[in-house]
Amino acid sequence: MRLYGTFNGTLVIAGLAIIFTLIAPSIFQFFTIITLTQVIGLSILALSLALVWGFGGILCFGQSAFFGIGAYAYSVAAVNIGGSTGSIFIAILAAAIFAAILGYFVFYGKVSDVYLAVITLTVSLILYSLMRRTSGPEYKIGKALLGGFNGTGSAPLNMPGDGSAMLFPMQTFYVSMAILIIAYVFTGWLVTTKFGRVCISIRENEVRTELLGYDTRLYKLCLFSISAGIAGLGGVLFCVGVTRVTPDVFSLGQSALAIIWVIVGGRMTLIGPILATFVLYFLTSSLGSQQILNANLVLGIILVIFVLIVPNGVVPTIMNWFERRRIKRYARQKERRMKLRKHRAIG
Amino acid sequence: MARREVVVETRNLSMHFGGVRAVDNVDFELREKELRCLIGPNGAGKSTFFKCLTGQLRPTSGDVVIRDIIMTGRESHEIASLGVGIKTQVPNLFDGLTAFENLWLSSRRWHGDRRANTLVKETIDRLELGEIRGSIVGSLAHGQRQMVELGMVVAAEPWLVLLDEPAAGMTDEETFKTAELVREINKTSALIVVEHDMNFIRAISDIVTLFHQGSIFMEDNMDVISADPRAREIYLGQKT
Repeated sequence: MRLYGTFNGTLVIAGLAIIFTLIAPSIFQFFTIITLTQVIGLSILALSLALVWGFGGILCFGQSAFFGIGAYAYSVAAVNIGGSTGSIFIAILAAAIFAAILGYFVFYGKVSDVYLAVITLTVSLILYSLMRRTSGPEYKIGKALLGGFNGTGSAPLNMPGDGSAMLFPMQTFYVSMAILIIAYVFTGWLVTTKFGRVCISIRENEVRTELLGYDTRLYKLCLFSISAGIAGLGGVLFCVGVTRVTPDVFSLGQSALAIIWVIVGGRMTLIGPILATFVLYFLTSSLGSQQILNANLVLGIILVIFVLIVPNGVVPTIMNWFERRRIKRYARQKERRMKLRKHRAIG
Repeated sequence: MARREVVVETRNLSMHFGGVRAVDNVDFELREKELRCLIGPNGAGKSTFFKCLTGQLRPTSGDVVIRDIIMTGRESHEIASLGVGIKTQVPNLFDGLTAFENLWLSSRRWHGDRRANTLVKETIDRLELGEIRGSIVGSLAHGQRQMVELGMVVAAEPWLVLLDEPAAGMTDEETFKTAELVREINKTSALIVVEHDMNFIRAISDIVTLFHQGSIFMEDNMDVISADPRAREIYLGQKT
């Protein structure tokens, strides 16, 4: 199995995504298009977790902490600045810087992997309780009220430089898809660089990487921050799609969902978790509209099935299947050629 | 022979685990381009000493000096960053990656992209790893894995090489190949080799350091050590 795909593969998938973007408005209902924006935000969250967990081997159980920080930072900044363009960058930076500070203590303190998962989860839950207690007029940042349990409103995207020229839902969808594609291509590129390959080597064997002379703490910290920044970007699109951000972005359920998407999609790929997000989101929301089966129950069953039967996730399993067929075909050809040569030698 | 510069030195190096003195007051010197084997019975402290050199263990007291820099208690990556190639006792590889990628990661630490690629290709030819270059190293046989790890050391072009039991678990042919390779590495780098295999040591050794109960018992060439009755009693006596 190829552990990291080629960059060309990434570009091909990006091309397919562009085609999907262009035809989506003609096959989906308008309401679905509106919903898609928040799903795109969630799929960027899955992408960021695929990067840090699948490629860096860092199991971050609280990736939604950075997702939520991005969403809150955007919402607060958009009210204060009065435009979305700068706020998006503020959101990315806020998430990345928060991760850098947290990661510094975790990685330079040589906290082991298991504790890292616990710490990130705890941080996420602390933020959850914290934000729920911010109801009341005294909790505000600049002009933006945090709103406690009910959360705070998120401004829609607008044209760069003109805070009053808001984008229509269809335009927002195009922008969101563009951001998803850029984030995907960026991560796909990142894992083929020297930096990305060293991160993969850390996942494979951290001691060995250190013995080769790489400062693994620094690499992990950088990867952790980059992935947090991407999660923050996902948070922005999510809150724009929902038009509101509530403390629920920090909840245990949100963190667990991200991990389920990555497991189902395949943690060693980047596209798998993105696709899994879309599929599972629409599956659970269609289950939510009927009363026979509980949506969470179905989600749980899917997770159990995947962990037991397809532990590598959907995309790697399919890729493996093709790879095996290719090898088999190659072996058959070789055999035939050998036979032919034998025949000639005898003849 | 002119005295060459000392590149690795330990001063009163000690490593205690509770009451056990695994390494006890060791003064050791390695000069440039020297090939030194460390031998000794199990529990003599060779591997602990090795781990103190590579930064995997923090010595209880004493100092490790590499090229006049005190490296005691520094992180492994800092020691490796001086240009030291390290191979640990247990094959320590990137199991999910191919042999080529393993070597590349080692070489790329020191060289630009293009130079790293050439070096890796050269190393693959030199170590005859051509057949397994695209194989996932996790699925290779033990001897091949050892070779890949040696390749990782070579591909980085280190000036100092530390090998912990490079010939362990190898076939005779592989051991012979490794010995040849070690001698070749020695043309450009200093080496410290911890080893059990006496034939291997005879094939490569210059000066041998014999460890016993955490300290250096004697330092001499292999013939003198094998002739020494006390040394035979400590180590070789157990074998014959």
